[in-house]
Amino acid sequence: MRYRLLVLTAAVACVALGGCTGKNDKPGTAAEGNTIKIGHYASLSGKEATFGQQVDNGVKLAVDEINNGGGIGGKKIELITEDTQSQTQGAQNAVEKLIGKDEVSALIGEVASGRTMAAAPIAMREKTPMLTPASTREDVTKDENGNVAAYIFRICFIDPFQGTVMAKFAFESLNAKSVAVLKDNANPYSVGLAKAFVEKFKALGGTIVEEQAYEGGQNDFKAQLTAIKGKNPQAIFVPGYYTEVSLIATQARQLGITVPLLGGDGWDSPTLTQGEAKTALEGCYFSNHYSEQDTSAAVQDFIKRYKAKFNGEAPGAMSALGYDAMMIIAKIIKDSGKSDRETIRAGLAALKNYKGVTGNITIDEHHNATKPAVVLQIKDGKFAYHSTVNP
Amino acid sequence: MSTILRPYLYLAGGIALVLVLNLLVGGIGSYDQRIVVNIGINMILAVSLNLVNGFTGQFSLGHAGFMSVGAYASAAFTTMVLPAASDPMSQGLYLIVALLVGGLAAAVAGLLVGVPSLRLKGDYLAIVTLGFGEIIRVILQNVSSLGGALGLANIPRHTTFLWVFIILVFVVFVIERVIRTTYGKGFLAVRDDEIAAEAMGVNTTRYKVVAFVVGAFFAGIAGGLYAHYNSLIKPDDFGFLKSVEIVVMVILGGMGSTYGVIFAAAALTYLPEWLRSFTMFGIKFSDFRMSIYSLVLIVLMLVRPQGLFGGFSFKGRRAAAKKAPIG
Amino acid sequence: MSEFLQQVINGLSLGAIYALIALGYTMIYGVLRFINFAHGDVFMVGAYIGFYAFPKLQPLLGDGYGTAVAVLLAAMIGCGLLGVTIERLAYRPLRSRPKLTVLITAIGISLFLEYTGQLPVVFGADYKTFPTLIPETTYTLFGGVSIGSTQILVFVVALALMAALRVVVLRTKIGTAMRAVSMNMNAASLMGININRVISFTFFLGSSLAGAGAVLYAISYPKINPLMGILPGLKAFVAAVLGGIGNIAGATLGGFLIGTAETMTAGYISPSYRDAIVFGILILILILKPSGLLGKGGAEKV
Repeated sequence: MRYRLLVLTAAVACVALGGCTGKNDKPGTAAEGNTIKIGHYASLSGKEATFGQQVDNGVKLAVDEINNGGGIGGKKIELITEDTQSQTQGAQNAVEKLIGKDEVSALIGEVASGRTMAAAPIAMREKTPMLTPASTREDVTKDENGNVAAYIFRICFIDPFQGTVMAKFAFESLNAKSVAVLKDNANPYSVGLAKAFVEKFKALGGTIVEEQAYEGGQNDFKAQLTAIKGKNPQAIFVPGYYTEVSLIATQARQLGITVPLLGGDGWDSPTLTQGEAKTALEGCYFSNHYSEQDTSAAVQDFIKRYKAKFNGEAPGAMSALGYDAMMIIAKIIKDSGKSDRETIRAGLAALKNYKGVTGNITIDEHHNATKPAVVLQIKDGKFAYHSTVNP
Repeated sequence: MSTILRPYLYLAGGIALVLVLNLLVGGIGSYDQRIVVNIGINMILAVSLNLVNGFTGQFSLGHAGFMSVGAYASAAFTTMVLPAASDPMSQGLYLIVALLVGGLAAAVAGLLVGVPSLRLKGDYLAIVTLGFGEIIRVILQNVSSLGGALGLANIPRHTTFLWVFIILVFVVFVIERVIRTTYGKGFLAVRDDEIAAEAMGVNTTRYKVVAFVVGAFFAGIAGGLYAHYNSLIKPDDFGFLKSVEIVVMVILGGMGSTYGVIFAAAALTYLPEWLRSFTMFGIKFSDFRMSIYSLVLIVLMLVRPQGLFGGFSFKGRRAAAKKAPIG
Repeated sequence: MSEFLQQVINGLSLGAIYALIALGYTMIYGVLRFINFAHGDVFMVGAYIGFYAFPKLQPLLGDGYGTAVAVLLAAMIGCGLLGVTIERLAYRPLRSRPKLTVLITAIGISLFLEYTGQLPVVFGADYKTFPTLIPETTYTLFGGVSIGSTQILVFVVALALMAALRVVVLRTKIGTAMRAVSMNMNAASLMGININRVISFTFFLGSSLAGAGAVLYAISYPKINPLMGILPGLKAFVAAVLGGIGNIAGATLGGFLIGTAETMTAGYISPSYRDAIVFGILILILILKPSGLLGKGGAEKV
């Protein structure tokens, strides 16, 4: 009977050794071979699936265009995409695999700030550059000591800016002096954006009449909305993800709340205005990275190519950011002629004035992009351009 | 060889083997190491839950809750109390201290949960433990000093292959030893026939609480290992589905069979990673693996309720099962 | 005051749905003495049946209440059949086995429905928007308290179904047989009652109420996903235990109490604790009065 201990240890040994068939002793030298490996980890399934799918479409479009144009210096881009299933552990496993097993030169991903931050320490440890297209929480690009994280970059604006944009918009454009906030306590992005908004709105001289919270995944918000209704705000700031926002809007209208709802880029999804939410959200505003109604040639041309590849479907901001992220990495490899991790890291840190679909991208010393934000208004279920706010 | 010494020789052998494997593991990539460490942590979780669900017959669905208490307590202790450790020696020492803190915190939680809920049986106990697990998660989500929903970050990465598997060997040793003592037979008695055990003078409540507390203690240690490996813990990591995952490992392995459970934990952790890129009918395996597991679970209950590797050290269960009342 | 009344209305309309699901738990517990863990997932399937039935039924029946009723019936019948199938395939062979085996099987079925539902070829893991079955209008009552047409509909349909269930259980032959089986299965069998038929019928009835609850839930909260059944299922279970499991009036009472308690917690304490409070109630009731508010106490059968 006691031989079972031996059987156990043998089993452990098998598992331990079974896993190590890959040769992983050359990290950082991924440039060998005929392809350049780029890893993308995204929430392709699960709760925030449309975020991941949209970024993935943008990245794929960029890779197709690069490879159809002959690749970079004769080498094709090999895109390896891993699904995080909208889960923290999924993000960590995916990034560990992309770096350790696939030996990618650079990583693109996540949208959700919480998952990007969960995966960032792995990229830091393995010295692999990670470019997040859309994580806006301020400390995503900081390391554990609050310093700039050497290998983490982003090409989007950060929440303090986004919160300022919406606070100013509410105070000045909507002339709202009293605003209520309804944030998602289980979502780091939402908490950070709410904080930035509240600070700026108070600094402008407005009052926050009520701060309520929910937890992502819940779907009854009537209790919180009833409390908000009692305070008669002139607008409600809802910095959550689209999954809950459409329910919040519908229930707010059911309770007789008629004031506009305001939000951030977490609203950006074609599913936001499905069903009853279409009328409930009519006339509401949110800040975003880009507008498909932008008349500039770069944007219109991108939309045309995107529609041609994806059956006429219009790209959202997440697709545009994914496209830009991939193109930036490609440009760095092309300009330097090298595709090792250090070169890409240095290239990202030095990126200046890149003309992307989502605007001019310059990565500052904090590894953040300083970019204008657009305010969009929901009209007839579509996201209509309202105004641009420069930093 | 004396029979008294023999188990200790096996313990020493197990540790020696882990030490040898440790040399080999040093040469594999970080991704493979991650899988192996996750396997080890899940093995500890499954073996500790097996004490409650398998040996004592008390169906708990809140194991992830105790794991989270241990993870948070040990991580908070390391980041807030202990000084930074630079050399491997002090890292290991601090890890052990933090794990003990985590284990004890989880044990206290186990006591607090166990005393009221162990008056309940079967499905009620399952749901109450599930409820406690959820309550622990919600509380963690709302304690801002523990990071709230964002979780505790920047936990030093002290967990290594060596520590995980040395601890696993100890956990297996302790549980297997206890179960074979006269005292340990009490756990099996509670499982096999509670009323008869009570009539024979076995203090069933006490046994249940002890099993619960010891199970929680080890789950807390596993949580501490998890925290010090991933550097980031969030309340979400320890939800209801994590508890279910551990339960599935125990059931598939065979409730009451330590080695079956260890095998199941290894297989269920390794398979999804191994089959990450494997597709069937255009669906990724990682998508439908849980469908298969649950189907296996159902079929198993219909044809082989003692689990894949159950049966060994499972005597009397079927006989007891036949006598179980219908109503 | 008006805010309080508003919270009460919110709580009652949520509670009505919990009550419908709780009835299924209670009835199945009544006859088989086990908790059908998969009940919440049968509920989830009901929402998807409604989701897929709507585009098929709408062209035939137009936009009005006809479609809404047809969708409701489709979900009820679909869930009823699913419940009967689950019982036939998984629970019936285990009827004389230890309860633990049945519980694990129920968990297995629950997981199977959840994860299979998440497959891209089945429902998909992402959120789907449930169609608008009836146009939403908001009525403002005294003191600024408002009530939506959905809330009224949920309430009316739930009460009507509960009344219908009461008639079935108390006034029909099969209802009498159900009660007999729940009192003593062996004695009922000796009296010539076809136990299997009664159990199948109970599963049909309980599961179809979950299907109705699902459609009502989905029109109230029109985002559905394959994991949506877990929490409402657990809360409805708590409602059933609170009212006294096995007791039909108790399940109704428990549903309304849980719905109200949850909204009150969210409104006046913290929305973060709305789920925790439900489990807190469960733990308290099991420790203080395990037979529930309306249940009758009694020593455990051995």
